[in-house]
Amino acid sequence: MTAVQEPTVEREIGRERRRKEDQRLITGRTRWTDNINLPGMLHLAMVRSPFAHAKIVSIDTTAAKDATNVVDVLTGADLGESQGACINAWAITEDQVTPPHLPMPTDRVAFAGEVVAVVVARSAAEARDAAELVDVEYEELPAALDLKEAATDAVLAHPDLGTNKSAFWKFDSAEAGTGGDVDAAIASARDGGIVIEREYRQQRLIPAFMEPRSVVVDPTGEQITVWSATQIPHILRFAIAATTGVPESKIRVIAPDVGGGFGGKLQQTPEEMIAFAVARRIGKPVKFTETRSESLMTAHHGRDQWQKLTLAADKDGKVTGLKVELLADLGAYVAIIGGGVPVLGAFMFNSIYKFPAYQFNCQTVLTNKTWTDAYRGAGRPEATYGIERMMDELAAELGEDPIEVRRRNWIDASEFPFTTVAGLEYDSGDYEKATQRAMEMLGYDELRAEQKRRRDAGDRVQLGIGVSTFTEMCGLAPSRVLGQLNYGAGGWEHASVRMLATGKVEVVTGASAHGQGHETAFSQIVADRLGVPFDDVEVLHGDTQISHKGLDTYGSRSLVVGGEALVKAVDKVIEKAKPLAAHLLEANAEDLEYVGGRFGVRGTDQGVTIQELAGAAFAAHNYPEDMEPSLDAEATYDPVNFNYPHGTHLCAVEVDTETGQVSIRKYACCDDIGNIINPLIVAGQVHGGLVQGIAQALWEEAVYDDSGTLVSGSFTDYLLPTTADTLSFEVDHTTSPSLTNTLGTKGVGEAGTIASTPAVVNAVVDAVRHLGINDIQMPCTPQRVWKAIQGAGSGGATPGAAMPHFSEDQPGQDSTEGAGA
Amino acid sequence: MTRISLTVDGAKVADDVEPRMLLVQYLRERLGKTGTVVGCDTSNCGACTVHLDGTSVKSCNVLAVQADGCEVTTIEGLAQDGELHPVQEAFRECHGLQCGFCTPGMIMQSVALLKDNPNPSEEEIRLGLEGNLCRCTGYHNIVKAVQHACGASTGSTNQTAGVTA
Repeated sequence: MTAVQEPTVEREIGRERRRKEDQRLITGRTRWTDNINLPGMLHLAMVRSPFAHAKIVSIDTTAAKDATNVVDVLTGADLGESQGACINAWAITEDQVTPPHLPMPTDRVAFAGEVVAVVVARSAAEARDAAELVDVEYEELPAALDLKEAATDAVLAHPDLGTNKSAFWKFDSAEAGTGGDVDAAIASARDGGIVIEREYRQQRLIPAFMEPRSVVVDPTGEQITVWSATQIPHILRFAIAATTGVPESKIRVIAPDVGGGFGGKLQQTPEEMIAFAVARRIGKPVKFTETRSESLMTAHHGRDQWQKLTLAADKDGKVTGLKVELLADLGAYVAIIGGGVPVLGAFMFNSIYKFPAYQFNCQTVLTNKTWTDAYRGAGRPEATYGIERMMDELAAELGEDPIEVRRRNWIDASEFPFTTVAGLEYDSGDYEKATQRAMEMLGYDELRAEQKRRRDAGDRVQLGIGVSTFTEMCGLAPSRVLGQLNYGAGGWEHASVRMLATGKVEVVTGASAHGQGHETAFSQIVADRLGVPFDDVEVLHGDTQISHKGLDTYGSRSLVVGGEALVKAVDKVIEKAKPLAAHLLEANAEDLEYVGGRFGVRGTDQGVTIQELAGAAFAAHNYPEDMEPSLDAEATYDPVNFNYPHGTHLCAVEVDTETGQVSIRKYACCDDIGNIINPLIVAGQVHGGLVQGIAQALWEEAVYDDSGTLVSGSFTDYLLPTTADTLSFEVDHTTSPSLTNTLGTKGVGEAGTIASTPAVVNAVVDAVRHLGINDIQMPCTPQRVWKAIQGAGSGGATPGAAMPHFSEDQPGQDSTEGAGA
Repeated sequence: MTRISLTVDGAKVADDVEPRMLLVQYLRERLGKTGTVVGCDTSNCGACTVHLDGTSVKSCNVLAVQADGCEVTTIEGLAQDGELHPVQEAFRECHGLQCGFCTPGMIMQSVALLKDNPNPSEEEIRLGLEGNLCRCTGYHNIVKAVQHACGASTGSTNQTAGVTA
């Protein structure tokens, strides 16, 4: 049965509904984890290793334990097996080398910032004071820091493992039967065709969500309750249970208001595990909230790859093959997704193009740095960057417009559904249409003309135009596909709909929002489908005791998987309500039609609303004998395919050739994300994504010094963009509804980040290409751009960028300096 | 311990505090004003912005003892008699927030900005909010919200400006 909308009622889907979430957020009536205070609650402070790699010789906790209001000081040895373990859910190969990952190691630390002891005190300030009194003796070990060097096993990040090489993952289109032999294509292109070979650096980034991570564990009561600033309450509950032996049914995980994640809170953290163990041991509620410095240093990082790319084309610019060789830095441990992040890019380097041959090779490598994992886009920004930089290089080689070269290679709208050389089936899209629109928005032709004028005039400030056409696989995802990739879990999502006695509707979702606006968008979906007022729908999430089943929020999956589960649950409610309606109306069920929240008897004015039926089911005084007195329903949905949003992003920059300063002049993008539930929310996702991607291109980089200390460990050093650095954007959409879900939607959470980085770098390179430059390493700081212009090549690392530590001849080393008399 | 007396969101309060206690800790831990949040420890993010005698300050950068005798307004004291402040309303209207963690500080700074300059240009808004970080919105809709609050909104979602990156 299908719910049909009454034409007179305004449809909720597509409306710019203001968000339900906002009232509490703009008035400060929020429930962040750090806001929680419980009777008798104790506070934790972590003692962290200052060394990247060292043996723990001894830990003396005597002085700290003696401090006033300190309850206990515990080490890994004290907690033993009760601390559980941090899991890797995705061994990308059968023989992946995976170091054991204890929340608090007992013998050796593998990165600077790793926890070696925990102080439990009556206040956070007292805990932190006492942490200074814990005396840890270390024996420093050589650290594996540089990714390329680590790949040679010159220094071992984990000596016991005998290698830093964790896993080698390969896809070859000839072997898979999805395409030709890439080496043959390259060999043939070397003889009369075009071969482009480049190496690109995906610098290390920090997700830098605004709310520092926080965890509260309350061991009183039958269930141990864990509040955490996490994206993944359900997965966290599983991981705690699986590694501590505490039954899942004895653990309740709640993600209250969560202040951003971007993949950075898609983790089972050592601090969560330590808090859990300490609370159980002491029997009192405990809280740990990290400082921003701790967050930047120890919350997982993202990206960090070297990409070696070889693209073969015929002399007319039609690509004949692409070979990808990646080195990916895992950091000190294989995180929950870990090596799966670069593998998520394996299917995306061929992007929107019809490449006849493709090969992807990825070597994951362990180092003594903060572990890496998902950061907005996870694998797909890296892939998009690689191919979109290469397509611009191909255009430059041909001396043609980069859009023209892309057009020659992309999949035409008439060719969908299209099976790619990587074996994915793209359901829908129209690359030409999105590109045309983006070109109009940017004023592409006019800017190209201006660029030529300024180049001919030899202007000091040169104009560059960057193109990025992208697609991504999102909506993680089909469980069977994840199983084939050896991922440890499925990709389904769960939803339930409860019809309350008063006619209000409670919707429970397994997705776990942390800023996305699910409460609003999901209410719109339910309001339309069930025919109830938007304001009558309440969306509940993020508490394993309320939402007992779910796989949480990441990978642009909440709407396309979670939303679809919701649709199925709503349909079941209507299906269940029908016999009750027929019974109460004394009509045949076949004569009923459901329109606008009401069952009507065709050809009469007789009818009953879903709210009346909810009340009747609650009272249960009069219902058919063969039905249960309830309209509530639940559904678990597992998609059969990913979905494939795409878009064309264009960026115009001005580069001062004397100073290397880059200014973004205009940014326009046209994304096709299928049907849109709430345009306001979608625009917000795109804007935010754009700035994160632009920030990778121009500003952000996690920098380590030679001893493995993170020197970009505060917001003073890690360059998060501000209002003054950014600009307003031109955002528009074309619509090719997805064919893989009822709502026709595609993911949008990661699109802006994936597409924007290469658009910006392509623009910067385009502005200075006439000076003989074909690459500038990210972030394209003024120094790197200037050095490239001066003929120093592609920039490379920034020597001396890291401020020296405690060097007496440097200013600013004394904290009281300049404080006056 | 030092005795301080001040007015917070219209209510008179007095407490003995450690001299090292930050104003934001006092607000959150002693008064339960958890609407004001802490986002960093280097006074970069501005999430803890409140008004001290009518001027915006980062409350992680002020000691509680410095607020002795002062009037403090937090995000929780901005709405009057259940009526949202126009800036709060503008943030909701223009979707100027997503996760909402930076929002209290962002709103308090915007209110102070508009008090000093009731009709700011886009550039003046961008410079005026430079000390407040947001990771979700890309700032586009925050700038729009401030324009909306001062009635200068052009109603267009497609404003552009050349800025230095």
